[in-house]
Amino acid sequence: MKSVSTPGEAARPVGAPVSRPSVTGHLQAWLPKLVLAPSVVISLCFVYGFMLWTFVLSLTDSRMLPSYDFVGFAQYARLMNNERWWVAATNLGVFGVLFVGLCLVLGAGLAILLDQRIRREGMLRTLYLYPMALSFIVTGVVWKWLLNPGLGIQAMVRGWGFESFTFDWLVDPDMAVYTLVIAAVWQASGFVMALFLAGLRGIDDSILKAAQLDGASLPRVYWRVVMPCLRPVVFSAVMILSHIAIKSFDLVVALTGGGPGYSSDLPATFMYAHAFTRAQIGMGSASAILMLGGVLAILVPYLYSELRSRRHG
Amino acid sequence: MDNVIRSRTPAARVWRLMLHLTLLVAALWYLLPLAVMVLTSIKPLGEIGAGSLLALPENPTLAPWLKAWGSACTGMRCDGVSGYFWNSFAIVIPAVIIATLIGALNGYALTKWRFKGAELVFAMMLFGCFIPFQVILLPMAQTLGWLGLSSSRAGLIFVHVVFGIAFTTLFFRNFYVSIPDELVSAAKLDGAGFFRIFWRILLPVSKPIIVVSVIWQFTQIWNDFLFGVAFSGHDTQPVTVALNNLVNTSTGVKEYNVDMAAAMIAALPTLVVYVLAGKYFVRGLTAGSVKG
Amino acid sequence: MRALMRFSPLRHTLLGLAVAGALGAAGQAQAGEVEVLHWWTSGGEAKAVGELRDLLEAEGHEWKDFAVAGGAGDSAMTVLKSRAMSGNPPAAAQINGPEIQEWGELGLLGNLDDVAEEGNWDELLPEVVSDMMRHDGHYVAVPVNVHRVNWLWANPEVLDDAGVEMPTTWDELFAAGETLREAGYVPLAHGGQPWQDATTFESVVLSLGGSDFYRRAFVDLDEQTLQSDTMIEALTTFKRLRELMDEGMPGRDWNQATGMVIDGEAAMQIMGDWAKGEFTAAEMQAGEDYVCAPVPGTEDAFTFNIDSFAMFQLDDESARQAQQTLARLILEPDFQKTFNQIKGSIPARPDLDMSGFDSCAKRSMEAFQAARDADTLVPSMAHRMAMRSDVQGAFFDIITNYFNSSDMTAEQAAERLGQAAKLAM
Repeated sequence: MKSVSTPGEAARPVGAPVSRPSVTGHLQAWLPKLVLAPSVVISLCFVYGFMLWTFVLSLTDSRMLPSYDFVGFAQYARLMNNERWWVAATNLGVFGVLFVGLCLVLGAGLAILLDQRIRREGMLRTLYLYPMALSFIVTGVVWKWLLNPGLGIQAMVRGWGFESFTFDWLVDPDMAVYTLVIAAVWQASGFVMALFLAGLRGIDDSILKAAQLDGASLPRVYWRVVMPCLRPVVFSAVMILSHIAIKSFDLVVALTGGGPGYSSDLPATFMYAHAFTRAQIGMGSASAILMLGGVLAILVPYLYSELRSRRHG
Repeated sequence: MDNVIRSRTPAARVWRLMLHLTLLVAALWYLLPLAVMVLTSIKPLGEIGAGSLLALPENPTLAPWLKAWGSACTGMRCDGVSGYFWNSFAIVIPAVIIATLIGALNGYALTKWRFKGAELVFAMMLFGCFIPFQVILLPMAQTLGWLGLSSSRAGLIFVHVVFGIAFTTLFFRNFYVSIPDELVSAAKLDGAGFFRIFWRILLPVSKPIIVVSVIWQFTQIWNDFLFGVAFSGHDTQPVTVALNNLVNTSTGVKEYNVDMAAAMIAALPTLVVYVLAGKYFVRGLTAGSVKG
Repeated sequence: MRALMRFSPLRHTLLGLAVAGALGAAGQAQAGEVEVLHWWTSGGEAKAVGELRDLLEAEGHEWKDFAVAGGAGDSAMTVLKSRAMSGNPPAAAQINGPEIQEWGELGLLGNLDDVAEEGNWDELLPEVVSDMMRHDGHYVAVPVNVHRVNWLWANPEVLDDAGVEMPTTWDELFAAGETLREAGYVPLAHGGQPWQDATTFESVVLSLGGSDFYRRAFVDLDEQTLQSDTMIEALTTFKRLRELMDEGMPGRDWNQATGMVIDGEAAMQIMGDWAKGEFTAAEMQAGEDYVCAPVPGTEDAFTFNIDSFAMFQLDDESARQAQQTLARLILEPDFQKTFNQIKGSIPARPDLDMSGFDSCAKRSMEAFQAARDADTLVPSMAHRMAMRSDVQGAFFDIITNYFNSSDMTAEQAAERLGQAAKLAM
């Protein structure tokens, strides 16, 4: 794991038999693999190697800095007994499903609407898309204001005369996780819209014309004809969205800080808090491994079925 | 799609009206946070607590922007976020170029020089997109120490490249899959080599996907906070770290207008990229990156 | 110790570099650099640290500022760990309380015994303070100040307007709260962040149980004490305080809560004496525009929170010299006075003349001396002074969850505190 292999190093088996006449031909055959080699090595070291490293740490009693005194699966047992972990894990489930679902629905909806020959399409598209350009380090403060009952939307609507209007999810332990969904959907749904719009533009018009000539109504055309064509788009969107959901960290820190209490904690913030501020690297690593396990359990079957069906279809 | 039937019936008119209204409401929702930021950043401090968040400033001022840029204090340094702003560029530009280049070559090798196990290699690299960065923080710190890159700009660029190539490879691979293989096989028959084909045939048609890859990487790296704070030295911190310092300072009168101006400054490069290149971004996505 | 071994290859290269550097610089004076990692980024704090930089630079050394704000030092700690893992920790870092011991155990901290002897730290510093600065008998850190945490701050105008006195018992506080509420004020300003919840809670525990009880619970982590009736009573009182707070508290920063007292929106706040920085910034005078009093029932006790700089082991001789100079300067009277007047705390050395300080700081110093004599000085649980960070984290989780949850009872919370303490053993 220590050295990052360079193309030069990986080239050794190829360059060795110099006496052969077809050495350039061989080199050509090997070149693609050579080019890929550094990336593969990097990925092996820095993704899989670090995952293994983290797994090893999760079996130790590491506290403030890594140590290598092994304690078996004790950290996992502790984690299973930790109520906060379960809150975080459940939250990720709720957050992930709602976030991915809402982004897909909103993104597809907006893309279809935008596709109806809207005059200011370019401008609207940019408006929908721009939140993706901003990080929550930048927008966190504003979101906190907007969702704060005393300052933001609630105060504004009450100011317009609707005195009984209540929107205090940010301060309600049962609802705080949904404020995360709101802000996250705000950020990513425009991007999904762009993906769908791109997909819609790629569909052959003749299919649609044919369907319409058959007398199908517009919603029906979209549902029956267009949506199935967009399956790869949905695939890309789900991949990108689940990646965002799993990594959601800045969002929680900026918006709720995991609170009230720890009611809006997510595994990423749980892991960070334990590994870095609470000197429990062992337990933090165990939580990271479980998190990765969860990701694997969901993504691998999906990836597999998608890649497979496409190869055959 | 040219499937919209422009009928002039009243029902169709109501439908168009509803359509525009829906799109407008959505636009307002997306705009709301940005509007609050911009409005707050040009209000004098006294007006902020007084009115509603969306109240227009009575005496708009650029002073918060100037202060955020040149004289706001973070720690003991009172020279605003400008220095950190350039730090970010010094990190982002090399990292984006390197990651994009590697991604392009990877995508090309994976699709046009298919070999046994290419799909597996791709799937393996793809998984790198999903690893939460908190997990690799400490191992990475130690590795950077071994490589002699800790607390340096080169180290930070290295980290961003390492975790960027998974995405760039994904983009280019999906794009190149849709380029007809015949072009490449013809060139191969003519005796053109690996790099020559890449340079002459693939690269010239790659513009849309380069745009996508550059925009994606630029945004990701520019907005990064975690790596920036953990792996930078005291003089190479990126702008997100400076912004965090500025916003999280916990004593004294909180200058929300300066905070917001600093946030806007930190957001400006990515915003500009999205606004100017947004069109090409969508076009690039259309060109194939979203198709399998 | 294992950790140290893993750093050794790097240490060798560092040493090599250092030797090369030292040879190169042999002709010059011993001017070194100190990289200082801290989280004092706000106006007043930065100004206070700026004094230290000026003093250091006046001695010919160079100060490299590495400030990381956010989360009461959480981000700074992450950076520190990352730097330590990569084998180049900063020369000095803001590390407080028992964490100094944890870093010391890893073998990463340098030795300050020479400076300490020269400066006579053993005599200068109160024992509670100097104990905390030593690892394995050697000085490894320098104290900057002493904060008192068990303070109650109030806006006298608001109290007068509602016609209530500064409360001295919990009953008075709750009664005053009702009156204040009727008069349209928020009785108690609070920010719903775990450490603020814990700050309030530890004061209640100290008040109802006394300093011995407090120590048994939070320092010795005695299970029976944590599950005792007194603890349950403290938990109940703590939760009752919610009645005095407002709806918008979740996530609020402490200084925004102080701002509510300053603006006259709220009457009181339970907070450490760093809150004074806010009042001072608003140009308010202690004793006139704002008043301070110990949290009801804690008059005779003193919950301390000590800020300190730990010094890391360095190989470069000139940097080491600069580091030692820094350690010496921190305890010099000039710096102690200016810094603490700005920061709101009292000097770490009690021998200084307090004439330049405001009335609250003077009271704090008197209380500190008295508590030292009466053995009622206790470390703050909420500020990483009393226990290891993992136990403290578990306690925070329980306290904040109990405070915010509608269905967790005081008995359950006490039960869990006991369990958390047991698991930590």
